[in-house]
Amino acid sequence: MSLLEIRNVTRRFGDYTAVDNVSISVETGEFFTLLGPSGCGKTTLLRMIAGFDLPDSGQILLDGKDMVGTPPEKRPVHTVFQTYALFPHMTVADNIAFPLKMAGKTPQDIKNRVGEALDSVRLPEFGNRFPHELSGGQKQRVAFARGLVNRPRLLLLDEPLGALDAKLREEMQIELINLQKEVGVTFVFVTHAQNEALALSHRIAVMNHGNVEQIDEPSKIYGFPRNRFVADFIGKISMMNAQVVEATPSHLKLNVGELGEVITAGREGIKAGDDGMMAIRPEQVRISHPSEEPRLKNHFVGKVHDFLYIGDVTTYIVELSNGAYIEALLPNSSPGRATFFEVGDEVGVSWRHDAGIFLND
Amino acid sequence: MIKEAPRENRAARYLVSGPPLLFLVVFFVAPTLIMILTSFRFPGEFGGLAPIAAPAEKISGEYGFTPEAYQFFFSDVLYAKIFLKSFGVALATTLICLIMAYPLALLIARSEKRFRNLMVLLVVLPFASNFLIRIYAWMIILGPESAFSHFVNAILGAFGLAPVTLLFSPFAVLVGMVYVHLPFMILPLYTNLEKHDASLLDAAQDLGATAWQRFWRVTWPLSLPGVFSGSALVFIPVLGMFAVPDILGGTGDILIGNLIKDQFLGTRDWPFGSALSIMLTLAVLSVAGLATWFARSATGQRA
Ligand SMILES: Nc1ncnc2c1ncn2[C@@H]1O[C@H](COP(=O)(O)OP(=O)(O)OP(=O)(O)O)[C@@H](O)[C@H]1O
Ligand SMILES: [Mg+2]
Repeated sequence: MSLLEIRNVTRRFGDYTAVDNVSISVETGEFFTLLGPSGCGKTTLLRMIAGFDLPDSGQILLDGKDMVGTPPEKRPVHTVFQTYALFPHMTVADNIAFPLKMAGKTPQDIKNRVGEALDSVRLPEFGNRFPHELSGGQKQRVAFARGLVNRPRLLLLDEPLGALDAKLREEMQIELINLQKEVGVTFVFVTHAQNEALALSHRIAVMNHGNVEQIDEPSKIYGFPRNRFVADFIGKISMMNAQVVEATPSHLKLNVGELGEVITAGREGIKAGDDGMMAIRPEQVRISHPSEEPRLKNHFVGKVHDFLYIGDVTTYIVELSNGAYIEALLPNSSPGRATFFEVGDEVGVSWRHDAGIFLND
Repeated sequence: MIKEAPRENRAARYLVSGPPLLFLVVFFVAPTLIMILTSFRFPGEFGGLAPIAAPAEKISGEYGFTPEAYQFFFSDVLYAKIFLKSFGVALATTLICLIMAYPLALLIARSEKRFRNLMVLLVVLPFASNFLIRIYAWMIILGPESAFSHFVNAILGAFGLAPVTLLFSPFAVLVGMVYVHLPFMILPLYTNLEKHDASLLDAAQDLGATAWQRFWRVTWPLSLPGVFSGSALVFIPVLGMFAVPDILGGTGDILIGNLIKDQFLGTRDWPFGSALSIMLTLAVLSVAGLATWFARSATGQRA
């Protein structure tokens, strides 16, 4: 039995459907992420799990028990809010003690567990401070400690790292993974940052307009997006109109408009004659001198249209003979920026026969 | 070394803060000093003050400075009793105002934004009509022939109790005091409660707090600054109020306000009236000091 089971949940505001027939199940101990653009219904779904809002239809089950009629304070679910929502009139220690006091623990027990919680978020000396005396990252850690101290069955995190700067955010991501491993509490994490979702999660549900587009492990979401929305939302990808010429379980032969034949990995449910998109990730595209002998099946020539130097890698945008653009990634492995190609250079681009994917919706 | 602000800036600062400062000196500091001086002088034969130096043609009478007014105050336990009773009335009024104002302020603060200003307007609307007229209205409401009195006595009668007169009683004074000062409690409370971050209540509920616990552990402690300023705005004016006990309290119900007023307008003993005022100011200051100290420790503020 799954720890959390969301069954066909729909929530409407007026005639706007914020969450549309969503079904998700989350297993015990999992780090599960809801990923999607702003306004896709992530917070609405989270509020229904916490009990602040109720579905118009569908069910939310925790440990197999329908949660309808159980108010937020009775659910074994705690939330870490984006704004932290630390109590300004209480010290850090009192903030962390709050859920323990509400649960009626003994003072001795509370003292011990607050101490442990402070240690686990590396703030052992901060118990007597007030929230306004903490930095953003420290407030964040206190919020984690407060959410975890009473060991909820489920911890909900609504964009908890959204307010932190990039570097601190990365540090906190690592801390968050370690914390989750350490305490073993199941996390449902909300973010609209795809790299964060990929880095942290065991599984990701990609949402769009109140719908779940795909639920999978990060590598599957990235490597085998189910549709154009997922492919485009997660990472970078180049897409070209294509038609299936031949379909076998192991590969697809595509006809890409005015470019020629492209071989991609096979996909279930695709048959010859289907129209859709050929999609390929920049790091899968090899860029080479036109004089170099083609070594891969999918090989085309083009002209460098533009490039973007971003330190560790350079992204080249290559215009193919059919006028379509394709992106190729080249690591800057030599010191300084290795200027391999300039704008206007003739180049060859190629990718493995199993690298590209075909998307029909 | 701290750099001085540019000259123009300082000039601007004096220009802005000068007039209100001057106002305070002329209309607050000076009168207080005059009052202190007055309290140490002799009353005049027909009211007012006796001259400081004896006039040439008259030898009898008392001139100069004297602590007589204060000696008089401490010689009779009656005055201490009136002080105590006045503080009791002020305290009771403050508590009743707090209990009545809090739910209302909370209701306004939690209602939809577009209704809030209208509700605040309704709270202050009574100020639009004359203060004395509103107090006289209570005289009619509490009067022996009023529907309200009949109603109260009918209920008492049903329980086999003797009928009561509402007007000219401590009860009437308290009703009047609460009625007059209620808005001064509601407004600071509302201003405070309106600023509360709703996500704190969500967080408390999420972490297991029931409605009652959310109130006592989050809303109430965060509203203490509003509670204290509202209490000060009620407690201090009630101490000086003489109109309400004059009109609703009957002859027996003398409070400090009445006593002081009588010294100036009735008995015409200015030094004693001034001494009473000074004593009242000192008492209020010490209560305010105690309350501030208490507020600091209660809200956990340091420094
Ligand atoms: N109480 C409400 N009344 C009306 N509409 C609402 C309400 N709450 C949310 N919505 C709408 O539902 C949609 C989903 O909102 P939600 O807050 O769940 O988005 P989100 O995915 O969390 O976005 P973000 O990443 O910006 O936080 C939005 O279009 C929003 O305007
Ligand atoms: Mg949101």
